[in-house]
Amino acid sequence: MSTYQVPTMAEMAAKGESPEVLFWVGCAGSFDDRYKAVTQAFVKILNKVGVSFAVLGPEEACTGDPARRAGNEFLFQMQAVANIQVLNGYEVKKVVTACPHCFNTIKNEYLALGGNYEVIHHSQFLQQLINEGKVALKGGGEFKGKKITFHDSCYLGRANDVYEAPREVIKALDVELVEMKRCRTKGLCCGAGGAQMFKEPEPGKKDINIERTEEALATGANAIAVGCPFCLTMMTDGVKNKERENEVQVYDLAEMIAKDMGI
Amino acid sequence: MSFLPQVAFLIILAVAAFIITKRVRFLKRNIFLGKGETRNDQPEARWKIMLLVAFGQQKMFKRLIPAFLHLLIYVGFIVINLEVLEFILDGILGTHRLFAPILGSAYTVAINIFEFLAVAVLISCVAFLWRRNVSKVPRFTKPEMKGWPALDGNLILVIEIVLMLAILTMNATDQILANRGDEHYIALGTLFFSSLIQPLFEGMSTGSLVFVERFAWWFHIAGILAFAVYVTYSKHLHIFLAFPNTWYSNLKPKGEMANMPEVTNEVNMMLGIPTEGSNEPPAEIGRFGAKDVNDLSWVNVMNAYSCTECGRCTAECPANLTGKKLSPRKIMMDVRDRADEVGKSIDVGGPGLEDGKSLLGDYITKEELNACTSCNACVEACPVNIDPLSIILQMRRYVAMEESGTPAQWNAMFQNMETSFSPWKFSPQDRFNWADSVKNEEVSD
Repeated sequence: MSTYQVPTMAEMAAKGESPEVLFWVGCAGSFDDRYKAVTQAFVKILNKVGVSFAVLGPEEACTGDPARRAGNEFLFQMQAVANIQVLNGYEVKKVVTACPHCFNTIKNEYLALGGNYEVIHHSQFLQQLINEGKVALKGGGEFKGKKITFHDSCYLGRANDVYEAPREVIKALDVELVEMKRCRTKGLCCGAGGAQMFKEPEPGKKDINIERTEEALATGANAIAVGCPFCLTMMTDGVKNKERENEVQVYDLAEMIAKDMGI
Repeated sequence: MSFLPQVAFLIILAVAAFIITKRVRFLKRNIFLGKGETRNDQPEARWKIMLLVAFGQQKMFKRLIPAFLHLLIYVGFIVINLEVLEFILDGILGTHRLFAPILGSAYTVAINIFEFLAVAVLISCVAFLWRRNVSKVPRFTKPEMKGWPALDGNLILVIEIVLMLAILTMNATDQILANRGDEHYIALGTLFFSSLIQPLFEGMSTGSLVFVERFAWWFHIAGILAFAVYVTYSKHLHIFLAFPNTWYSNLKPKGEMANMPEVTNEVNMMLGIPTEGSNEPPAEIGRFGAKDVNDLSWVNVMNAYSCTECGRCTAECPANLTGKKLSPRKIMMDVRDRADEVGKSIDVGGPGLEDGKSLLGDYITKEELNACTSCNACVEACPVNIDPLSIILQMRRYVAMEESGTPAQWNAMFQNMETSFSPWKFSPQDRFNWADSVKNEEVSD
């Protein structure tokens, strides 16, 4: 029996190889205890399917997204330019990431700073693998017949018009996809975007993640699917706040696919 | 025949044209208080967006009931303005229903269509007044709608109702006079809607009827000209500005924030990367980000003058929905009000931008800016493609880079990023630790 492989760009370059795609893990994917499970699930899928990939490992640094949204353009560009030097040094052409914020930044904002890559979100990547028949799904597993609702991430949906890929991934499992009232272009933010993840909300009547969680719970879904580390945190906190964590789980798409594949 | 009415008409027309020209110059100058920005790429895509979003009202239909009512007013406005052409020519030439003999029965059909639209506009305006004042649709009762904005909205609707009533009164009395055989008036056959109100006037003497008919005619044309002047002082400007505003839409992905090249040069220098033009002396760097209207792009300011305060942005804003102070509509109103204030000051030889006030602080607070999640719901919701987020983010840049005034928790996040390349305080050496357990796990079948 072999173990899962997580090659780094540096290791591959030392062997004179280059992968088809770079998996950009992101800070949440690297450090957040909950989201590390998503990173691991995605890496297992890549292994299982035989995708030629690598990660930057310790050479990766924050894309700079929260600094830029909080107004600190200088810090953003310091991060971005340093990352672009690393990426261009390895002649990276294609990037996949499980974080819509990293996705948006590398895809749209690195271009003006000299970083030109084909960037896709892991929901799009998973959809391609499923469509190509590379991911052999077993028909839902523990999700079989369950009601799942999908929470649109702002930086995937409105920011980049990716609405269908995550839904196609969910539908590939044998589940019932139920929509919240505010979905797709009208999807309600989880409350963490624009660097809100890193500070307390401004004074108000309610926290945004509670508003969104109530809407998700109102669908009667057994699980809430997300495609973003910040949304995962906010929705998980919301479900806990509503004391429904025993009945309603919050999953990332990659976790659901990995679970179905039995890995 | 006396030329007095024609002279009076020409004077009214000239006064209206004079005031409107002056106002257009004022607005144009205010819009160009904003910084230069070139947005002429992809003209085909731009014409298409203008056609769909402004002319075709595509985004209005996200909310069906107001979209339908608004469509009736919009079509009414465009079509009834064809009749205004006849009004103006009649006024100048001293004629009455100039086109009637030329168009024959088609004229009657046209007037019937105009009357149908006048009634549709009337009903829609009443429904809109109801929504604002009786059923109180939440987005019309937000704090920024108190005072003038509420009055402005109601005035527009009342003026439109009165103008439509004037058309119907004029047609009703006009046809009674024609049927009585007054040779000045032309019998047009059945005018369906105005004939319904004819019983109100049938008992009147011919002299009174002529008075009512002439009064309605003058009231309508003078009212339309006065309304045109009023529009330049009102949120109703959207009827014109929606067109250029959509043409100059942002065509990039909504998630993309505009780059600041002046920062890039500095960053490259710090990292020892040669840049184009780095041998040239650094250009005079103005302010980072936006503190006042002149720091914004002219497109941002045009956005502000195009806003009709419908509040669809605010109704979708997650921060506003949960009781935070931020309202994207207020951001737009503030930019417009500040541009107006600066413009007026300049016109009277005042200090203009140097009046000791600024958009940030005197109009928009940091609390509002800090509440934004940059989710783009406001941008998506706007029926004329206004982008409040662009303004919010430019102002955040000023707060962060010029004032170092970001919230303490953000400053901590900046510090983490500077020292450990992550918004959280983790050691960069641990970044790859997540892989340890996977690398030891056996691949299952």
